[in-house]
Amino acid sequence: MLNIMSLKKKKAEGGGEGGPKKPKTTAAQIRLQKDLGELDKLPSTMTMSFPDPNDVFNFQLTIRPDEGFYKGGIFRFTFKVNTNYPHEPPKVLCTQKIYHPNIDLEGNVCLNILREDWKPVLNISAVMVGLQYLFLEPNADDPLNKEAAEVLRSNRRLFEQNVTRTMRGGSVEGVSYADVTR
Amino acid sequence: MSENMPVQSNGGVADLEGRWRDIYTYLERPGPLANDGFEPGDQVKEFLHTLKILVIGAGGLGCELLKDLALMGFTDIHVIDMDTIDISNLNRQFLFRASDVGKPKAEVAANFVMKRVPGVKITPYFGKIQDKDEEYYNQFTIIICGLDSVEARRWINATVITMFDEEDPETFKPIIDGGTEGFKGQSRIILPRMSACYECSLDMQTKPTTYPMCTIANTPRLPEHCIEWASVLEWAKEFPDKKLDGDDPEHIKWLLDKASARAKEFNITGVTYTLTQGVVKNIIPAIASTNAIVAASCANEAFKIATNCATAMNNYMMYVGDQGVYTYTFELQKKEDCPVCGGKAIKVEINPAHTLEDLMDLLMDRKDIQLKKPSLRTGTKSLYMRAPRMLEEATRPNLGKQIRELMEDGEEVTVTDETLPISIQMTVRFTE
Ligand SMILES: [Zn+2]
Repeated sequence: MLNIMSLKKKKAEGGGEGGPKKPKTTAAQIRLQKDLGELDKLPSTMTMSFPDPNDVFNFQLTIRPDEGFYKGGIFRFTFKVNTNYPHEPPKVLCTQKIYHPNIDLEGNVCLNILREDWKPVLNISAVMVGLQYLFLEPNADDPLNKEAAEVLRSNRRLFEQNVTRTMRGGSVEGVSYADVTR
Repeated sequence: MSENMPVQSNGGVADLEGRWRDIYTYLERPGPLANDGFEPGDQVKEFLHTLKILVIGAGGLGCELLKDLALMGFTDIHVIDMDTIDISNLNRQFLFRASDVGKPKAEVAANFVMKRVPGVKITPYFGKIQDKDEEYYNQFTIIICGLDSVEARRWINATVITMFDEEDPETFKPIIDGGTEGFKGQSRIILPRMSACYECSLDMQTKPTTYPMCTIANTPRLPEHCIEWASVLEWAKEFPDKKLDGDDPEHIKWLLDKASARAKEFNITGVTYTLTQGVVKNIIPAIASTNAIVAASCANEAFKIATNCATAMNNYMMYVGDQGVYTYTFELQKKEDCPVCGGKAIKVEINPAHTLEDLMDLLMDRKDIQLKKPSLRTGTKSLYMRAPRMLEEATRPNLGKQIRELMEDGEEVTVTDETLPISIQMTVRFTE
């Protein structure tokens, strides 16, 4: 094994070259760079954008579902990744007020891998796929918007009408929603 | 310096006749258990008494570690901690007294041990580990961590591993990491680039308890659900721009009021101030005996690594004290694609008048790394990102820019490649 004392004895004279202190790359940053660098085959329904290309910890995702209840809508999310990634999942918010059983009016998203089922082996891509799936298969069993979930469960036709109306900025039960068609 | 500080003298360790007798038994003669290359005698004793050892954290584990190390012959100890003493620490952090509440842990702990163990010098630093640079960490021979946060551990692990330069053995710093959670704990040795590092085992770390969003939003059953509802959903709604601070009593009080009202509405009992703070800060109750056991194991390993008088553990000891008592020591495997220690460190020399594209060509020509589609970033800048598309478009103009416009001499660049499981830390030196 190692012999720490002999390492010490080998020490050459004159310590370090000094020089200015450079910002260190964190493990989170390396992992994120790897995750992002592999996102070169995004499905046509998803676009990512970076308000500051040097800041890879904050970015936006746009989803344009090409089937299902939400076809025709353009849905925007912000991703905030912190320095404890991938020990902690990214924080994801929908920036529009939308009518969806699993997304509340503040934009919080109920997606298991964003909270209780997050694991460090998961990555940004897994979260993006999960979000897209919520638009294809909204889930009445994990409601954040209880009213929307109830309608989905009891009357799919009415749910579909509500979605279509709210996506154009209409209202349901006195709550008005954002126009997500532009 | 206060007047009642112990008097230091260079030969201080010899001041008390026979005080190291037991320790010296292990250092004065060879034995069947001694590690390969162990050389008994004065030199190893001198080495033990003069090497610098750093203790990170002066809390439950830190108090035990400082005491253990001081009594085992380490006499040049440094300690870092950013916290001040809270009344709730006094039950197990035995270097602190009621009159110390509010004072920095590192300073009080250092003074206490120095007073109690003559001849030992403990240098405290009251602040964050991130305040210190490589030069600071490079002065130590061994680093021991008694931390309670994954984030701090990841930081120190990455710092110590990336500062290891294979051409300069002096930069090799073993890390001994202790951790406890209630009746369970572990100690482990991390030898930079030789054994598994903290990041290699990130997926083994217990993650903070979280509850499904829809449960906390709609169907709370536990007091914790009500507290999470207040801290995750209501706080953001009420104070969209204010970060929740688990150490701010006013913040906790606000959450407590909200959570209590909700608990009442759903007929749930058990929402208290302590629980609220516990949930927000993810506090796991600490047990003094677990701290003592884990710290003792860490100090033991520090002594063996420092003197070579016995074989150090290889490399992870888990201790389980809740169901009877159980310990198991095993070799945690290094992960080849670990972003911290799995990567390769390379040095590249380039004329700073050349372009980023030239640097990329230089990299791709190297037979030892086989890059196909590299993405490059410095600590703060995206130099060239192959994907996603918007980042590629934003960074493409950099390819034609001169190296000197993009980075400084000696700057570290992280290289990742889709076709490569590992990442590469490249130090770029300018030739001119
Ligand atoms: Zn590693």
